[in-house]
Amino acid sequence: MTGHAEKSAAFVANEDRAHWHDQSLWFVRSKRDKQASGIPEWEALREAASAIKTHTLSRLADYLEEFERNATANGIQVHWARDAAEHNAIVHQILASHGVTHLVKSKSMLTEECHLNPYLEARGIEVTDTDLGERIVQLRKEPPSHIVMPAIHLKREEIGELFHIELGTEKGASDPKYLTEAARSHLRSKFMGAQAGLTGVNFAVAETGGVVVCTNEGNADMGASLPRLHIACMGIEKLIPRAAHLSVFLRLLARSGTGQPITGYTSHFNGPVRGGEMHVVVVDNGRSRILGQETFRRSLGCIRCGACMNTCPVYRRSGGYSYGYTVPGPIGSILAPQRDPEKYASLPFASSLCGSCTDVCPVKIDLHHQLLAFRKVLVDLKAVPLQKRLGMAFAGFVLSRPSLYRLGGGLLRAIVPRLPRGLIYGSWNPWGIQREIPPMPQQSFRDLIQKEPS
Amino acid sequence: MPNVGLFIPCYVDQLYPQVGLATLRVLRRLGLNVDFPQEQTCCGQPMANSGSDAAARPLAQRFLEIFGKYDHVVSPSGSCVSMIRNHYDHWLHDKPGFDHLRGNTFELCEYLTDIAKIVKVDGEFPFKVGIQMSCHGLRELRLARSSEQMIAPFNKVRQLLSQLRGIEVVDLTRPDECCGFGGTFAVAEEAISCLMGRDRLQDHARAGAEVIAGFDMSCLMHLDGLIRRTNQPQRVMHVAEILEKATLS
Repeated sequence: MTGHAEKSAAFVANEDRAHWHDQSLWFVRSKRDKQASGIPEWEALREAASAIKTHTLSRLADYLEEFERNATANGIQVHWARDAAEHNAIVHQILASHGVTHLVKSKSMLTEECHLNPYLEARGIEVTDTDLGERIVQLRKEPPSHIVMPAIHLKREEIGELFHIELGTEKGASDPKYLTEAARSHLRSKFMGAQAGLTGVNFAVAETGGVVVCTNEGNADMGASLPRLHIACMGIEKLIPRAAHLSVFLRLLARSGTGQPITGYTSHFNGPVRGGEMHVVVVDNGRSRILGQETFRRSLGCIRCGACMNTCPVYRRSGGYSYGYTVPGPIGSILAPQRDPEKYASLPFASSLCGSCTDVCPVKIDLHHQLLAFRKVLVDLKAVPLQKRLGMAFAGFVLSRPSLYRLGGGLLRAIVPRLPRGLIYGSWNPWGIQREIPPMPQQSFRDLIQKEPS
Repeated sequence: MPNVGLFIPCYVDQLYPQVGLATLRVLRRLGLNVDFPQEQTCCGQPMANSGSDAAARPLAQRFLEIFGKYDHVVSPSGSCVSMIRNHYDHWLHDKPGFDHLRGNTFELCEYLTDIAKIVKVDGEFPFKVGIQMSCHGLRELRLARSSEQMIAPFNKVRQLLSQLRGIEVVDLTRPDECCGFGGTFAVAEEAISCLMGRDRLQDHARAGAEVIAGFDMSCLMHLDGLIRRTNQPQRVMHVAEILEKATLS
């Protein structure tokens, strides 16, 4: 099984493209810096957001029930799904009972996590993702490579080629305005023909029993308002206690994620459209298990802004697909191994632990410390290769014995300079593929200090 | 005068002895009683960062036994100091003397600015210098404001270096992007690690840096390995080496 290192090496092999990807995301990070620096109370806002999330998670069951009561009073039908399978079955049952054959969706990472699209398609329902980026990757039969900018890995020429084949745009056309216009009229027909709209949820408000969806394209509003049936899918962690708390999160979300002051549309859905139905599907799918782990609990505070991806020097150069999970980047590298530690064992190691994610996170998740903590979990589970575990045990053995350490260091410095270059830089030595090894001085510091006047 | 225990990280001891000597000399010139306990080896970070708690924990315990007796512990490494300050807690929180050790272990630059209260650096260094703000010193010890933080700017390393006569501290396009070393990450994720490193070098080169200065030799070892492989004109230097001949007051 190939892990992050192999996939990222393949991505980096096209260095120009890796640099282009890095620059695209760094541009977004820079926009974030500019927007955040315009808010004098930025750090206080992050602190408040973190405190609200910590509080909410500490009594999540109460707030979920409060949300259900108030949503039900608003005429919303609330469904509870233990896992992805239950979520998909519930959504399908709602659609089937209304005879829905055409569904429009706005962005929802939860439905990506649950693999809803193939589930519905296998049951004869046409699913159209209406977020432009999501539509692009859907047409390419790819998953999103970023949670906020699903097609950030593609160049506009590639999108032009895709649209030429799929939507009949002119061959070679790559003007973003022209391509967006083509997508717009294509999607318009999908909206008009849909019998149901499905949206994600950015925030569910316990106090009001309503949900809030943030988009830049207004596609959630179209999907939720044109058809008479609206289904909103949310993880249990999307809850906030009060509507007033939106004043904290909405100021942080778009500034952190895309460097905008606010998303183009912030839509509040507090009940069904007249004569229609609104359903909210509340999904656990492993979240309550994370909630039970003190070390990793704070990862549930994530508002899915994507800032940790944009800032991550590894993600920027390795691309979203190198992570092999629905949510890539630093937050994904904590969430994925929660789901399957063996399969995603390489992800917590796909970080230099630089900590930029932790400093950029609008809800102050201690991301790089969680990545570090997860490494320990993986070693304890023996999900880390034996060779590495033995290597570390050996290093620990030597380093806790000063005489052995001294002997080992001395031998290393004496022998290495005498070795032929081909042996030092053999295929066994990944350090030496692009780098020279450090100099091997004749004497160590502890030798030299003996001659130092005190 | 406080008794200072000098902690020289294992790889500095073995591979960069001149950095250890420079640190020792800088501290001794301040008139401090500096002691280098010979039984020291490693803080345990490589093992801890690989998830091997069992291998790291005995080293943390040794560290406390060896260094617990000093008024201050000083080290020319932000990363290793962060290990002691931020990552020993779950092993040693109930051990006598740990709170003292944690509160009194310092990276060299912060020791100079915050504890020794150095305000004047009198010396010469007529070079263009790019500072590599290594991540653990930056974000775990807060040696400077990180570029993500929206607070008043400060930088303890630059504050020291910029006073040298003839020095020109250059501005980088990305002032604190990671160099890609990251411990075992450097070999486990060789391709990304080296691209990150080469990108950093290019940023330093574009800014005109002749010397890449830092407070963690591990990052500089990685950058230096890339520099020497491709015969770049820059050289790397630890802050201690740059300050070695200066008069600090």
